[in-house]
Amino acid sequence: MTHIPISVTVDGTVYDVEVEPRRLLVHFLREDIGRVGTVVGCDTSNCGACTVLLDGKSVKSCSVLAVQADGHVVLTVQGLAEGEHQWHPVQTAFKECHGLQCGYCTPGMVMAAVDLLQENPNPSEEEIREGLEGNLCRCTGYHNIVKSVEYAAELMGGK
Amino acid sequence: MTETLTDANANPMGRPLRRKEDARLLHGQTNWTDNIQLPGTLHMAILRSPMAHAKITNLDVSAALKRPHVVAAFTAKDLGDLNGSVPCVWPVTDDIQMPGFPALAVDKVRHVGDCVAVVLATDKYAAADALDAIEVDYEPLPAVIDMEAAIKQGSTAVHDAADGSLGTNVCYEFPLKPQGDGAFDAAVKAAGDDVVVVKRRFINQRIIAGYMEPRAVVASPMGMSNEMTIWSATQIPHVLRVLLALVTGMPENSLRVIAPDVGGGFGGKLQCYREEILAVQIARHLGRPVKWTETRSEDMVASHHGRDQIQDIQIASTKDGQIIALKVDLIANMGAYLQIITPGIPLLGMFMYPAIYKMPTYEFNCVGVFTNTTPTDAIRGAGRPEATFAIERIVDELAAELDMDPMKLREMNWIKHEEFPYATVAGLTYDTGNYEAATAKAMDLFGYDALRAEQEQRRASGDPVQLGIGISTFTEMCGLAPSRTLGALKYVAGGWEHCTIRALPTGKIELVTGTSPHGQGHETAWSQIAASILGVPVDDIEVIHSDTGRAPYGMDTYGSRSLAVGGQAIKKAAERLVEKAKVIAAHQLECSVDDLEFIQGAFRVKGDPAKSQPLAAVAFEAFSAHNLPDGVEPTLQAEATVDPDDFSYPHGTHLCAIEVDTETGKSKIRSYVAVDDVGIQVNPLIVEGQVHGGLACGIGQALYEGVEYDSDGNLLTASFADYLIPSAADLPSFTTDRTVTPSTTNPLGTKGVGEAGAIASPPAIINAIVDALRPMGVTDVKMPATPENVWRAINAGKGGAQ
Repeated sequence: MTHIPISVTVDGTVYDVEVEPRRLLVHFLREDIGRVGTVVGCDTSNCGACTVLLDGKSVKSCSVLAVQADGHVVLTVQGLAEGEHQWHPVQTAFKECHGLQCGYCTPGMVMAAVDLLQENPNPSEEEIREGLEGNLCRCTGYHNIVKSVEYAAELMGGK
Repeated sequence: MTETLTDANANPMGRPLRRKEDARLLHGQTNWTDNIQLPGTLHMAILRSPMAHAKITNLDVSAALKRPHVVAAFTAKDLGDLNGSVPCVWPVTDDIQMPGFPALAVDKVRHVGDCVAVVLATDKYAAADALDAIEVDYEPLPAVIDMEAAIKQGSTAVHDAADGSLGTNVCYEFPLKPQGDGAFDAAVKAAGDDVVVVKRRFINQRIIAGYMEPRAVVASPMGMSNEMTIWSATQIPHVLRVLLALVTGMPENSLRVIAPDVGGGFGGKLQCYREEILAVQIARHLGRPVKWTETRSEDMVASHHGRDQIQDIQIASTKDGQIIALKVDLIANMGAYLQIITPGIPLLGMFMYPAIYKMPTYEFNCVGVFTNTTPTDAIRGAGRPEATFAIERIVDELAAELDMDPMKLREMNWIKHEEFPYATVAGLTYDTGNYEAATAKAMDLFGYDALRAEQEQRRASGDPVQLGIGISTFTEMCGLAPSRTLGALKYVAGGWEHCTIRALPTGKIELVTGTSPHGQGHETAWSQIAASILGVPVDDIEVIHSDTGRAPYGMDTYGSRSLAVGGQAIKKAAERLVEKAKVIAAHQLECSVDDLEFIQGAFRVKGDPAKSQPLAAVAFEAFSAHNLPDGVEPTLQAEATVDPDDFSYPHGTHLCAIEVDTETGKSKIRSYVAVDDVGIQVNPLIVEGQVHGGLACGIGQALYEGVEYDSDGNLLTASFADYLIPSAADLPSFTTDRTVTPSTTNPLGTKGVGEAGAIASPPAIINAIVDALRPMGVTDVKMPATPENVWRAINAGKGGAQ
């Protein structure tokens, strides 16, 4: 199959690679450039485990083709906190509020929460629940995820 | 937001420490099995049966071999002896029917998703593409889907006589009749006029585990040495190693099984799966690493399902509400084949139907049935959620029949706190419990009386939105398990757990556990237990697990056993380490062992606190070995393997208020209170998280989830688009609290918590919905209680068609 050259900035690094036109962005991230922090949980774009920011907006990277990211900027959970050993307030809040257990949904959940708080810095419980509807978690029952997002809003000055 | 791991000096037991695991997980620095990319890897793709039951009349992989990047392709015939059979380790009766379960189907397929052929390619997409080139023809056979039809005379057999089987779909029949056959009827007859009997049929529907990380396996052979390293997204690396050795014939000591980061399990990764066997056998055959990661759609047809029981249950009481007898007849769906503990799952529930209630008579019978569906096995609770659902539902039905408050009926019949230890009619001995205390706390948090008043008011005003109150006063057995008990139940393995603790020369501690966490926070909690005994900071302890090369002994993680059983091994090993160190410290301090006390990580001479020796200094002496007492060997480590004396019995009272729109059938949880008694808590933050997750799982079963097949055996819920795992928008916040009644079956006083929420919550939800609708003639609502199922129940209550 033909390969197409693309140039994508991921977590601050520019990657120039050739991919099949059908290659999913998440497979490009995981298998072509080794950014394995972003994961795949389903094949119907229901679970949101693969959520990343594309030009600052959250997308499910299983539902975007790598070629669609050509010339664009991708931010994954691995690039969220600037610098080594740094923590983004959302990451801090998830740890503090026990908003994760197995951690598999976490990369997507954190990136979805980052996007949610960009849009709405002071969300109500209902707005958080509605806002994270596209991200599934089987461990936490969402109770502490909601608390985490509320606490992140507080840390980020929204409350 | 208070305590962190920096509080080094305080005893860490019982404190809500933030988890050690989280930094990595929150920064994407994880090691899931699918991350592993070894040089020369072949990606395995699997052709699965689209038919529920069929003969394979033609199968040809030659065209697939010509596809780009394809290196090999195999059918069962090609694999020959390498095509292993999936093991079942729990033959529950002497005459159980145990048909073979070949990894690749031989001549016949028996459920949608059965493995037919595999392709190995150097590229994942290419492997999947090449499946299209495999030629296969099927001759359809009648699909056996309905359990009751399956056990009728003349039904098509899933494993028929021509296959060397018995030609019946009855897998086994297991009775437990401690008071003899017919004891229920005899008890009812003996009660004369003073008896009320309530009989119900409940359907505990089939569900999936729903872990977020799909299953994956990488098998890497080491060429001439015959060694093999296997990474698998499994809950049971230790058990898997034994089983893979038995299935493949490879020497066990050449196999290393690693469960790296595992993204949830919930019982669904408690298995020796056919795909694991295929990856190992093909890697061995080709001498190259083989990798397989399932798609979610594959998971839905191929990973084991759970529950799926028809429960006929009868309860008898006196007219004033004293329970006198219980009778349970189960039909349990095995699916098409037996997997690791498929037949035993309903029997884990067998002991729990009498639950927290005193009763003199109990009869149980279970018939296991083969059908042309995905095999069933353990999912969060495994047998106990089914039992708890049936008993808690029928106690509510009995209360309605007696016109009693359902909580009052429970109080009248439950075991009082002063009656423990209590030998139940099912043959267990509950060590401790305090149902009164948990219930009092839950009632208080819930505002029971005010909600009942609101319910009356809504009923009186004919509000289209009715309010229901659901109760579940549950208990469960966990901490699997005393090995002798398992042996008596014909389970092949034991239920012990192991821990080794090493004090390294620099004073750091390595804690090697046989448990295998996949979200439970063992690294944090186990550190807390050991730190509290060794007096070292929690952060100085490294917990090593889930790798048979580094942690060779273990029985892994399932059945809420890790703390209740594994915790005992940690405590014992840590105490042994201190005893061993004390001998060296006494020599260093030139005193008798009896003169030493061990306080906050240092040995001190009694009455002379200035003379002390920290554990780290003793560890360095054990390493340098320059001045050890005679007869003491260098290195400082201790180990313990503990077989539990008995199960432990967490309990709790869950209360749920639900608003039901009687016009649309839509239910909305208004409040959910869970007061659990899980004994001593090592880390209440983790305990609470486990309760939340269990509740979500149980509420999922009650309101949203259900595996559906059509009459031809096609799976209708074959993706997350069709099978509804609840999202944040589908669930409420929970009110949780605990009472603490320490268990006496283990020295830490702990019970289990991982399954509690999933066991307790389904009846609380359904009881609430039925309670809301009872004045409309509704006596049951089918799970999941979707708006459609609720609407149908309302309509049936009115006398309309369902």
